[in-house]
Amino acid sequence: MSVFRFTAQPIEGAALRAELIDTHCGGFTCFEGWVRDHNEGQQVTHLEYEAFEALGVREGERIVAEACQLYGVSQALCVHRVGDLQLREIAVWVGVAAAHRDEAFKACRYIIDEVKHRVPIWKKEHYVSGDSGWVNCERCATHAQDHSHEDHDHHAHG
Amino acid sequence: MTAPLYGLILAGGRSTRMGQDKAALKYGQRSQLERAFALLTPMVARCFVSVRSDQQSEALRSKFPQIVDAPGIEGPSAGISSAMRSHPQAAWLVLACDLPFVDVATLQLLIARRDPARLATAFRSSHDGLPEPLCAIYEPPARDALDSRLDAGRNCPRKFLIQSDTLLLDQPRAEALDNVNTPKELDAALARLAQPSPAAPRALRVQYFALLREQAGRRDESITTSAATPRELFAELAARHSFTLAPEHLKVAVNAEFCEWSRPLNAGDQVVFIPPVAGG
Repeated sequence: MSVFRFTAQPIEGAALRAELIDTHCGGFTCFEGWVRDHNEGQQVTHLEYEAFEALGVREGERIVAEACQLYGVSQALCVHRVGDLQLREIAVWVGVAAAHRDEAFKACRYIIDEVKHRVPIWKKEHYVSGDSGWVNCERCATHAQDHSHEDHDHHAHG
Repeated sequence: MTAPLYGLILAGGRSTRMGQDKAALKYGQRSQLERAFALLTPMVARCFVSVRSDQQSEALRSKFPQIVDAPGIEGPSAGISSAMRSHPQAAWLVLACDLPFVDVATLQLLIARRDPARLATAFRSSHDGLPEPLCAIYEPPARDALDSRLDAGRNCPRKFLIQSDTLLLDQPRAEALDNVNTPKELDAALARLAQPSPAAPRALRVQYFALLREQAGRRDESITTSAATPRELFAELAARHSFTLAPEHLKVAVNAEFCEWSRPLNAGDQVVFIPPVAGG
């Protein structure tokens, strides 16, 4: 099984954690990204994730391999959800098992940060107001029409 | 039985209009003569360079196997005739060294379509439809016909092909046999070789995601386009679908791998423009 996957099914953390158990490892860290009910002042009702999976898996696998290389970790896994998600569901799951806690924390942090910036996944937020929008896209689109491209503090392209 | 195919690079021209030896003109690191010889050698049993008798010991020409023009004849026919006399059993693929756009595909096409039962196989000029004598295959029986014309003072190889049993082929590209005679044509050729040539229309597949999918109103489409690069393709699609994202906000992938906006596009490529991402 790939160390980076997409799934349209609810993410079951316990089953993923079991894949990483290794007698050489003394520590395990996990990050779960959850669907929350607000973003940038808007009340969110639910989310929609869409991925370019063929490239996303390749880029995700590269990120996990980089983390293992950088921090000397052997066991790491990342699973990202696609499709419609309700509040409280898990959007992304990262788990790292390592000999010691320090490299496990660092590798876990590296993976989630890079995934958010590099893997072709898009998030559409649906709001209480009935509006919806693609996160990071709508702002760019507006700016493109205004011909002012500064102030892209939330721009996801590293 | 089909005669073995030998190669002859014509490099004996006087280069009057160029004002310097055309064979020595450089395209990149190599001279025209070196380029032509390297191109043709792998495709033929033996390869020679045609020279006038006073050119034999020149530094550029002396390192190649030579066939020296028989005395008393002028022009390219002298080289072709001299080669056919020196190895009468062979057919000759004759190639002028001043054709910078001839490539492997051009020569492969000529060889693949060769008809040994005719006197010659040649391309049709893309300018006037007449045979191009200086990128052509001459079969052994062409020797007597060519020589009897030379004896009668007729030394134009094009007229020979027109009046002989010649198989004529269409060129793979209109500019494949354009030659270079003047400094101005040389500059134009160098500029053309430096640019990716405008692509012929071909079919590509484009997939859309997120905001671009919604604005295009579809997940994918096949498109026939002459856009040479993803940058040109995006401009074409943005006009068609009224995309609100500018290219500086996007990345691009071809065949499921990130690439530069200037990457050349090929038939069948799968192209995806990637809006700002938001995982996690």
